[in-house]
Amino acid sequence: MRYLPLTDADRRAMLAKIGAKSIDDLFADVPEAARDGHFALPRHAGEMEVERRLSELARLNIAAGDSAFFCGAGAYRHHIPASVDHLVQRSEFLTSYTPYQPEIAQGTLQVLFEFQTQVASLTAMEVANASMYDGSTAAAEAVLMAHRITGRNRAVLSGSLHPHYAETIRTMAGLAGEIVSAPVRLGEAEDLAPLLDEDTSCVVVQNPDVFGFLRDLKSIAEAAHAQGALLVAVVTEAVSLGLVEPPGAMGADIVAGEGQSLGNALNFGGPYVGLFATREKYLRQMPGRLAGQTVDVEGRRGFVLTLSAREQHIRREKATSNICTNSGLCALAFSIHLALLGELGLRRLARINHARAVQLAERLTAIKGVDLATPAFFNEFTVKLPKPAIEVADALANRNIIAGVRASRLYPHEPGLTHHLIVAATETNNAGEIEAYARELEKVLAC
Amino acid sequence: MLNRQGRPSSGGSPEKTAAETVSGHRGLDHEERLIFEIGRPEVSGVDLPDIDLPANRLGGLERKAPIGLSGLSEPETVRHYVRLSQRNASIDASFYPLGSCTMKHNPRLGEKLARLSGFADIHPMQRQKTVQGAFMLIAELAHWLKELTGMPAVAMTPKAGAHGELCGILAIRSAMQARGENRDCILVPESAHGTNPATAALCGYRVETIKATDDGHVDLAGLKAALNPGVAGLMLTNPNTSGLFERDMIAIAAAVHGAGAYFYCDGANFNALMGRVKPGDLGIDAMHINLHKTFSTPHGGGGPGAGPVVFSQRLARFAPLPLFVHDANGFRLVEDVMEARRGGAEPLGRMCAFHGQMGMFVRALAYMLSLGADGLRQAAEDAVLSANYILAALKDVMSAPYEGPCMHEALFDDAFLKDTGITTLDVAKRLIDEGFHPMTIYFPLTVHGAMLIEPTETESKATLDQFIAVMRALAMEAKNGKAAGFKQAPILAPRRRLDETAAARKPVLRWKPAQPESA
Amino acid sequence: MAELRFTESHEWVKADNGVATVGITRYAADQLGDVVYVELPQSGKQLKRGDEAAVVESVKAASEIYAPVAGEVIESNGALSGNPAKVNADPEGGAWFFRIRIGDTPALDTLMTKDQYTEFVKKL
Repeated sequence: MRYLPLTDADRRAMLAKIGAKSIDDLFADVPEAARDGHFALPRHAGEMEVERRLSELARLNIAAGDSAFFCGAGAYRHHIPASVDHLVQRSEFLTSYTPYQPEIAQGTLQVLFEFQTQVASLTAMEVANASMYDGSTAAAEAVLMAHRITGRNRAVLSGSLHPHYAETIRTMAGLAGEIVSAPVRLGEAEDLAPLLDEDTSCVVVQNPDVFGFLRDLKSIAEAAHAQGALLVAVVTEAVSLGLVEPPGAMGADIVAGEGQSLGNALNFGGPYVGLFATREKYLRQMPGRLAGQTVDVEGRRGFVLTLSAREQHIRREKATSNICTNSGLCALAFSIHLALLGELGLRRLARINHARAVQLAERLTAIKGVDLATPAFFNEFTVKLPKPAIEVADALANRNIIAGVRASRLYPHEPGLTHHLIVAATETNNAGEIEAYARELEKVLAC
Repeated sequence: MLNRQGRPSSGGSPEKTAAETVSGHRGLDHEERLIFEIGRPEVSGVDLPDIDLPANRLGGLERKAPIGLSGLSEPETVRHYVRLSQRNASIDASFYPLGSCTMKHNPRLGEKLARLSGFADIHPMQRQKTVQGAFMLIAELAHWLKELTGMPAVAMTPKAGAHGELCGILAIRSAMQARGENRDCILVPESAHGTNPATAALCGYRVETIKATDDGHVDLAGLKAALNPGVAGLMLTNPNTSGLFERDMIAIAAAVHGAGAYFYCDGANFNALMGRVKPGDLGIDAMHINLHKTFSTPHGGGGPGAGPVVFSQRLARFAPLPLFVHDANGFRLVEDVMEARRGGAEPLGRMCAFHGQMGMFVRALAYMLSLGADGLRQAAEDAVLSANYILAALKDVMSAPYEGPCMHEALFDDAFLKDTGITTLDVAKRLIDEGFHPMTIYFPLTVHGAMLIEPTETESKATLDQFIAVMRALAMEAKNGKAAGFKQAPILAPRRRLDETAAARKPVLRWKPAQPESA
Repeated sequence: MAELRFTESHEWVKADNGVATVGITRYAADQLGDVVYVELPQSGKQLKRGDEAAVVESVKAASEIYAPVAGEVIESNGALSGNPAKVNADPEGGAWFFRIRIGDTPALDTLMTKDQYTEFVKKL
């Protein structure tokens, strides 16, 4: 078999060296009943066969690029320059391990150092780590970190935080204390101050929120700080930071974000890359790996994993987190895409995204009965339709327009959201698609 | 109590080794600055129109201050990252016997198939009717995982091994709550990987350590003595972190269950067993599987991984959302906890947004289909054979705390280096000069100066023989007192030993533009 | 009268007039290697004997420091926060960790004297 270089002659010679009669001798410690399992699974197959089988499955899916596509809600379709995917497939990036031997991992370590710098700059925070699994687990880790810092254990979540993120926080941090969710308020800045008390460690707010709504975080930051609590800001669309005021400039203490938009395809939800940034004074409470600058014995600049004593392999049950593997290759893709864009390119990209969304929002709300529910937004907004969103989305899908994510899929128990559709527009949606969406929606609503 | 791993933290003495060049480059090895030092604010490697936004809907929240990013053209970007890549060791380029990491070959077929637009360009929240092929793939992978482990249920969404451990321990916790019991302790062998106690602590459990016997196994008597009505579960790795199969596994399971507790298995070492042994036959209640170890998905310099968790019937109903359901209408997700409960499930919650690491699922399934049941079995056998070959070939010149046979990894300690002044760390650094990525060092914590060697099944005998020859030569050199070649190492890598102490005392974790000198 | 004692976990404690000063021994500092960070207790914290009081981090390890006697923390050594290297330079002098107001001086008798500790270390 093509992945197994040993021949039968090799195996015989190796057994002889070991002094075993057969390979079964080496499994002698396994209880006899379990030693020789039989499996209802097929035998090996050549590449061609495997490719045929899996391509069949791929063809059963409708790719975003095969339709006019407007879904967001935490994962965004952007154009990835060809160089990015080419570079992440280089052997030395793709097939290397965590950089525990820094002398032969300067490639990975320098990339992580650059990534950390980019994330800190984007979010306007002082320090960032070398990535988490994704935005949702980063948000959960942020809550746990806030508990450690403040010595308190009650977290308040905005009602318009992505419900998957809220559920993940409840699962991963719910054992450590109380989690309180504010009621859902669509298109307005909630007043979370009344929910805060002296047991509150943090308040978690997403901006732009799951409906796409943009708000100023300064007032909630002040309210949190007045109670001795921290503001955790969640960003699920990294490109927004090219045009929108960053959380660090609005008083955030910890930023948990999703980096998928840059460098990483939609991939049906994973692998993605969690962004995590905070203030310098909270550095030692930050989970995850950190790449730090140093010098070697010849005085040359180099990079190493540092502050490892916080992590599981050293602190074990007292670690800041149990995280080991992070999302290295996805962080690399993010970093390469952002290096290619630069400040100039990211700002242009963000402006194009906003312009497309504004154009689409205006065209859709010009249709009778369609209202904009989020007055301020970046590249995603929510419309209220005169019919249930599920019917409208289905009808549009039959016309090859994937119109957005139904709010009721994310909030199945909110009766007031059945007619709402969360719509994203990026640089990948051209004028023709925007026009087609509006035209077809008008027809669908007229029926 | 001191944490004494014998691991030194200062470097060797500065002695310049290579010829100096004008450029600082050395042939094919290039010095490469940071993107912030190379880039310029007016440059971009992406052609985008510069559009006006006459009226915007940003609610007054337009970003005011500069971001602080720099831009590179496409040629500069490609050169930057190609040069950086050339400073990395990788399994594609060299033997990488990192114990407990399973650095096996990463098939390129997986990369090709994961990039099919039908897998890569689908959104997790698009209509489920339009992604039935994705669900079918996940279902097929789930089937393989259940069949290989002999377990009836699997949770697919955890994003890595440690995340899977968390899922498993949370399931145990949920099960205890459902039973109305308030147990507060998890037992963990002293040889366990650090993620195990860290996970238990995250779930609010107290951790109690079980000692190992002199021959490197979990002490069954010690375990039985530690079991009491306060124990919720045991976390065990099998084969264990010393590379040995826990032969008392069935008795261990019986004892754990007899005490009303659950048995969590850390599946990091499943590569020794796949296609031959079903952990389900050994009495486990849950086990995470590292797709990036056992099932060949690439390590990527530190991720992404995937850590699906198989469950016994007892724990199956606590699996996290979303659930994958197959009925007359096809495949769909159950994302709502009320709906899940109506179906008889009691989800422990949700491990992450969306539905799991699809990109890694494609790669893992491609690997499984390629090897098949017969190939997976052969792979496990070859992995065990190769590790034993190395153990047999080196134990006379090095020191192995356990006689053997081992499973898929061979453990040595630093006893053979006694009185040489050379440490395990020094040996590892010398191996770098010899063209190998070093083995895992200072893990497990139960032996002094551990060296854990996991060759995997994808190395030729010629490579194993070369590695053995080099290790024998190094061992002899060390015992003959030739310390310099170790203490100065590595001298042939892009960097010599780095000052980790300074990096930790005064952390510099980001680039900052040079500040003007203050007056 | 000041009394100097040692624990099996390599802390030294010097009791003088109802105040005990605690640090780690030279042996411990050498075993740890380069110290990079020290986490010290807050003033006012009540410690029971054997409670975890501080943490010393080196690059590859982290060790807990336990209270050798019970008492209330009255002071932590601020000099260590910007200069953890001091622990390697002067562990038994200037790099003391914290001071506690102690209730029962007799509890010290159960700890090792300097000679006993020296013997203890020899056997390790």
